[in-house]
Amino acid sequence: MYSHGSESLIRQAREIQDSELQKFYSRLVKLLQFKEVSHELVDSLHRLYLILSANKYSRTLPSELQQNLVPLLSSPSEQLQVLSSAVLRETLPPCGEEKNIAQLNSHAAALLLSQAGSKDDLSDLCAQLIRSLEIRPPDGPAPSLMHTLPFVNSILTHCPECLTADHVILLSKKLVDWLRYASIMQVGGASSGGFFSGSRSRQPAPIAELDGTVSGDFFTVLCVGQGFTEDQWMNVYSFSVLRHWLLTYRGVSNDSMVVDADDRSEVDGSVVSMVSATSSSSRLLSPKERLREKSFQYCQRLIEQCDRKALKKTDTDLQKACLVEAVCILDLLCAEDPSLVYRVFPCVKALFGRLSSDLSFARVLVPVAQFYLNHGEMAAVDCESVWKLVFSQFPAELFNDPFLAHDFLRFLRLNLEGLQRAAPHFTRYFPNFLKFLAWDSPATLEDFVDLLPSLVTAGSAVELLHTLLDLPCLSATLVLQLRSTSLPISDPGSRGLLSLDAFRNPAFRGLFLFLLRTEAGSGDTIERLSTLHDLLAEAAEWPRVVHCAQTVPVLLHVYFNTVITVADEKLLAHLILVMLERSNLLLNMPTYCKEIHRVFSSQLLRLCKLHPSLVVDQSQELLEFAGATANVYSKEEVYTHVVWVLGEYLSLSSDSRCSVRLITSCFESLEAVLFEITSSAPPPGSVCPAPKVITTLMSALAKLASRSHDLIPRVSLFLSKMRNVTKGGSVPWCSDEEDVVAIVTRGEELWSLLKTPGVAQSVLTPPPYVNAPRWHRDSNLALPLQLRALTALTHSP
Amino acid sequence: MVRCFLIHTVCPVSALSAGESRLLYSRMFGPDEAVLTEQHRELSPEERRLLRKEKLAVVARQVRSAVSLTREAAGRALVEAVPGEEALVLQEADSGVMRLRAGDPFNEEGSAVWLAVHSLAFTLVCEPHENLLLAEGSLRSLSRHCLEDLHLLGQGSEVLLKSSRVDVLLSRLLPHGQLLFLNHRFAQSLEKEVAGYMSK
Repeated sequence: MYSHGSESLIRQAREIQDSELQKFYSRLVKLLQFKEVSHELVDSLHRLYLILSANKYSRTLPSELQQNLVPLLSSPSEQLQVLSSAVLRETLPPCGEEKNIAQLNSHAAALLLSQAGSKDDLSDLCAQLIRSLEIRPPDGPAPSLMHTLPFVNSILTHCPECLTADHVILLSKKLVDWLRYASIMQVGGASSGGFFSGSRSRQPAPIAELDGTVSGDFFTVLCVGQGFTEDQWMNVYSFSVLRHWLLTYRGVSNDSMVVDADDRSEVDGSVVSMVSATSSSSRLLSPKERLREKSFQYCQRLIEQCDRKALKKTDTDLQKACLVEAVCILDLLCAEDPSLVYRVFPCVKALFGRLSSDLSFARVLVPVAQFYLNHGEMAAVDCESVWKLVFSQFPAELFNDPFLAHDFLRFLRLNLEGLQRAAPHFTRYFPNFLKFLAWDSPATLEDFVDLLPSLVTAGSAVELLHTLLDLPCLSATLVLQLRSTSLPISDPGSRGLLSLDAFRNPAFRGLFLFLLRTEAGSGDTIERLSTLHDLLAEAAEWPRVVHCAQTVPVLLHVYFNTVITVADEKLLAHLILVMLERSNLLLNMPTYCKEIHRVFSSQLLRLCKLHPSLVVDQSQELLEFAGATANVYSKEEVYTHVVWVLGEYLSLSSDSRCSVRLITSCFESLEAVLFEITSSAPPPGSVCPAPKVITTLMSALAKLASRSHDLIPRVSLFLSKMRNVTKGGSVPWCSDEEDVVAIVTRGEELWSLLKTPGVAQSVLTPPPYVNAPRWHRDSNLALPLQLRALTALTHSP
Repeated sequence: MVRCFLIHTVCPVSALSAGESRLLYSRMFGPDEAVLTEQHRELSPEERRLLRKEKLAVVARQVRSAVSLTREAAGRALVEAVPGEEALVLQEADSGVMRLRAGDPFNEEGSAVWLAVHSLAFTLVCEPHENLLLAEGSLRSLSRHCLEDLHLLGQGSEVLLKSSRVDVLLSRLLPHGQLLFLNHRFAQSLEKEVAGYMSK
């Protein structure tokens, strides 16, 4: 598909020499002056376009060439129109035809639009177009009316102020005409024989529905015919721009109740809609209100039409798109005019009833859920069944539909406040929501970074942490679930996958079912986690699981940022324990464990800094962790940080419950570990501990000793022994000589510090006010400042 | 409203670094957003054009990365296709949608709907409130026409030398970037017009 040929074409276009280029330009000017559409001209224009667009930097055409291109914009040949518009779009300075836009073809109009230099330009263009709508010749060929609406809509996207209030009223009226009163007869399609085909006189036939039956109501986008009249085309364009139009002009103050005497809609022969028998009289409504009323009727009719079985697949897809659009428009209408809710709700409710059992309509039901969220309270309708379907069923069964995932997560993201008010229990479904992330992490990570803070509540924080840590397992399970349903057991493709066998094995069913749960609240995690990790060992290499694992550290940071704002100390203590426990209970993926340990270390530090008393509170568990030598080798980073927080915060100033006995027992545990790791080589299969571990242990021991001075002799003894041992040169527990020197140097610093216990205490266990300077409020600092101030005052001349 | 339509590579290109995408066709709709925002008011037309091109390149790169991650995760091997198999190739094509945050690269938020057929991807960047079901359907239809009219399953260089065909296609099916609710009859009528143009 993409070949060397294409690549070399682009290179040629970019690197064309100036002399060759000038020759090309003059050849082209000559061709243009012949004024005939030759194959060579078309080909040359194509090449010119390629040359101009292949570069980021623009080229300027010689003015002669540019001047000769402009008239092509209104050439009778569409080829020349397209090419000249494309070429002129790619060059500077901008130049186009100096004509009224209403007389331009769509290619020339597109050029003008792309070259508009300011909002005033856009306003002018709009004004010209809309004026041409007003003064349409009653008959005869007029330049294409069809692209008026898309053109105006394009401008509205960027500056709605370009239309004046009068323009808005005029267009609203036109939209009403086109939407509601388009012709309901077919135009005879192209066929053999002309208009005067003699015996076969064509009887105009009525339009038909998508299932072939004759249509009995007004024309909509879901009506078909052999050919179409202009106002039927305008019906299509009007509906296509309708939602954006309503969105742009919602909330704009209602224009006065002007009743227009020559409104086309009052003419006889307009179709009375069966769908809207209950509609209010349209005589006394303002143009905006009439548009709302007709939009309502149109949407109602569309919803009814979508119940028919279309004969073609593309039409079935269109029906779904129309349902989405209709529900969104109805939502907008009700937001503008709440009195419509009572008329609209039965329609939407019936639609929900029809579609809720068919998962292929899930994408239609998301806007329906939005409607319920926006107007359910007003209509006093019970929305529980809607939430149950959307939160409980959709993620569980449709997690692998990227479009539904996008719509669903967008719905959550944009309605967090509304959901917290109307359906506050939605946070319970986080295990379900996370399935979207586990399946397709790259596409959904951004959404979850935005959503996760709302899912963190004090009640579910622990379960959420476990769930986040096991996201790669969830990812693997979802893969297995899909494979299990798509591959029969006897299929050769499913053999050889140990994890798939385990998934199908009833003995392990409970493990996988826990991961696949839809709601939180049935337990924080499972007991046989290590079994689960073993079963899923081969999944550690699946790309989907690897992508998922890469997102977990990011989510953990978001999680902790939020949890510290909602958790009390008890919960934070629990979280520390979870971190310690899970640091070796993770799916065995090489970089995954390291990354998680890094997150744990930094978060542990952060929590302890915020609440130093946590260390004393959880001292038993922390000591248990720190006293196990095996942790030095398997969880080095976490271990280092645990030792550090113990050394830093296990003191009376952090928490009054800290006793001498506690300090001593901590000291003894750490001392034992330090002895062990510095007396022999590491066990087979492990590497030497990093110098940081050893220096942190030494510092921690010194800090603890500075708080309980009987321990000082023990530390000093150890440190001097260490110095002697390392004098011999290399040691089995450290491979790098420079590192040994650094360790010994630190040891000496601590040893000399501990020789004066008082100083050691103030350095190693500084009172809190040293770390939080209070400047003039500090009694120690204040006195010199006061004296200096007094002196300056009394001694001033 | 669709902001732009792109046809770009999602395979490694020798002249580019890994992860970059070659834009074979690009079309932005509507007025230039740089003209209408405070931020870029002082830019010259030349700089604005450069800014537009850069933004499109960013979108192409992001879609390329989304496509390769999706294909990697799905683990399916790509089978070479020959001209004539357009319908089959489209049925098996990967598709997805990506969120573009405000500022990255367009001023307002948007969604990029993409369809990847072998080494090329077709991308539509839509406004945030767009009907994505309709966008997906329109994108499929556009892609089918591009594959057929530009013979993309063959050499594929026609997309560079016959770009006007795509312009005409867009002017009917996506006029000024407007997504249209076209049932099969309306679509047929427009396609007949386009076919008339292509045969010249």
